[in-house]
Amino acid sequence: MSTPTTTAPGAHDRKRPPATQAAAAPKGPPNRLRGWVTRAPLLPALVFLIIVTQLPFAATLVVSFFDWNALYPEARSFGGFANYQEVLSDPALRDSVVTTAVLTAVVVLVSLVLGLLLALLLDRSFRGRGVVRTLLIAPFLLVPVAAALLWKHVLYNPEYGLFNGVLSWLFGDDAPQPEWVAEMPLGAVEMALIWQWTPFMMLILLAGLQSRPADSIEAARIDGAGAWQIFRYLTLPHLRRYLELGALLGSIYIVQNFDAVFTITSGGLGTANLPYTIYQTFYQGHEYGLASAAGVLVVIGSLVIATLALRVVSSLFREEVRA
Amino acid sequence: MSALTADAPEAASSTAGPKAGSAPPRSIRRKNTALGLLAWVCGLLFVLPIAWMVLTSLHSESDAATNPPSLAAPLTLDGYRAFFDAGGGAGPWPALANSLMASVFSTLFVLVLALPAAYALSIRPVRKWRDVLFFFLSTKMLPIVAGLLPIYLFAKNTSFLDNIWLLVILYTSMNLPIAVWMMQSFLAEVPPALIEAAQIDGARLPTVLSRVVAPVAAPGIAATALICFIFSWNEMLFARVLTGVVAQTAPVFLTGFITSQGLFLAKVCAASLVISLPVLAAGFAAQDKLVQGLSLGAVK
Repeated sequence: MSTPTTTAPGAHDRKRPPATQAAAAPKGPPNRLRGWVTRAPLLPALVFLIIVTQLPFAATLVVSFFDWNALYPEARSFGGFANYQEVLSDPALRDSVVTTAVLTAVVVLVSLVLGLLLALLLDRSFRGRGVVRTLLIAPFLLVPVAAALLWKHVLYNPEYGLFNGVLSWLFGDDAPQPEWVAEMPLGAVEMALIWQWTPFMMLILLAGLQSRPADSIEAARIDGAGAWQIFRYLTLPHLRRYLELGALLGSIYIVQNFDAVFTITSGGLGTANLPYTIYQTFYQGHEYGLASAAGVLVVIGSLVIATLALRVVSSLFREEVRA
Repeated sequence: MSALTADAPEAASSTAGPKAGSAPPRSIRRKNTALGLLAWVCGLLFVLPIAWMVLTSLHSESDAATNPPSLAAPLTLDGYRAFFDAGGGAGPWPALANSLMASVFSTLFVLVLALPAAYALSIRPVRKWRDVLFFFLSTKMLPIVAGLLPIYLFAKNTSFLDNIWLLVILYTSMNLPIAVWMMQSFLAEVPPALIEAAQIDGARLPTVLSRVVAPVAAPGIAATALICFIFSWNEMLFARVLTGVVAQTAPVFLTGFITSQGLFLAKVCAASLVISLPVLAAGFAAQDKLVQGLSLGAVK
């Protein structure tokens, strides 16, 4: 961590001027004062974040141990781990855990693969590359609720949606007219999310492709390596950290997805993920204790992802320092 | 459609291809053309739903709800008119104003809080600055929904329910970690030699910040602001739970269309497009910085 300052152009070591090192080694009251002066600019942001994010989480933790339904406020009592037991044994809640995992995994993996293919296509120069890139970004920039409405009403609708419209265009009056959302509810949500997240993956991977050292690829080509070999042994290893970054950032956002589930299926037909279930449990069911227990479980699940994510990000960091 | 856009002006990026190095053999050139074409097809495929939404928003309700779809139907602004007249009263204007207010103020607050923090983490780093940075990031990884109930209860028991300032505060906390990360990496790009030179010339801290640091980091700070704006504008869960009539934001206004039936397809499309417009504009304007920012400065 405290790599000695070298002449290497590592962005994060360059700016460790001698002045800081003096402040970093306290030698008595004046230096301690200086330490606080250095720290002071951090405090507003830190204090604000702790109050607005950590306190509510702590409160959620406390509420999760209470048997508390808002419709019967006088019946509030300490319930120990009863809420957790109920969350884990309630089939509906358990299903939403599975739904969350499946939804996240499918959306992240498919959009990563599609994003990789698109990034590879866009990495070469062709007429109008900038325009194509801009077209591809558009889905990611639509307001999430608007995107979900677009899929629900404009594309999936069995009577006048574009999908069935194209089917009857192609096959005439006998064309199959599936009820997309009713027949494949989770698939419908996943499709819409994949459409929105593929551009994000594409952008990250494209940045990764463009940071590839050109000379080693040139050398490999001169040594007679084919396109597949270059991809498998040079490009893919180089992209690894970008793939990890995309997967982890994508997971952080998709685990929390609320807008698409809420809009497209309203959590019906087995598509309720944990955020939607928690929303419903406390906002419509008024089961405060139960919702909080489910919330704490989401936090524990997210902590697992977060630990992985932080490890990836810190490894990125270290590489940058070493570079 | 594809023929139309394929001819669009794109001279800027088309010069690099065939001229680089010695002329490649014809088979490779043909393969490149094919792959370029494939990229165009993918790009058009991805934007097709949005293009269709634009077209639908410009049709009359009866033309919008036909199967098979009609391409030749006359264009009209009725959908947009219906959207802006919604409810007979002020229509979507209060919701749009609320969104604008929540997004702009929370972005300003984020900048005010994140700039000094980023300064302390990059230009004159505190001890263990990396650990502090990770703490900031870790708050972003805890799901919003797990803190929602206490915030709701707090708002209900004070006068903050249906109050736009509560959203401003929450959006500030939602975007602050990302902003600190992004700005940390942008400020770290300011060459230390530049700062030292200014200090040797006798410049004091405020001068160094305004004359040396700010100009170099300005594009990064602008990108950070844009991303915070976009996230605040898009947010729906907080807004849905914590606002009602007065402080309703644009995405919540949109949720009113979730169950709307076929008769209002053009209106739904017009509404979605109008509400997405600020984000689309901001996003297109900051494409490159957007990637860098969304990947927390790790991708350059």
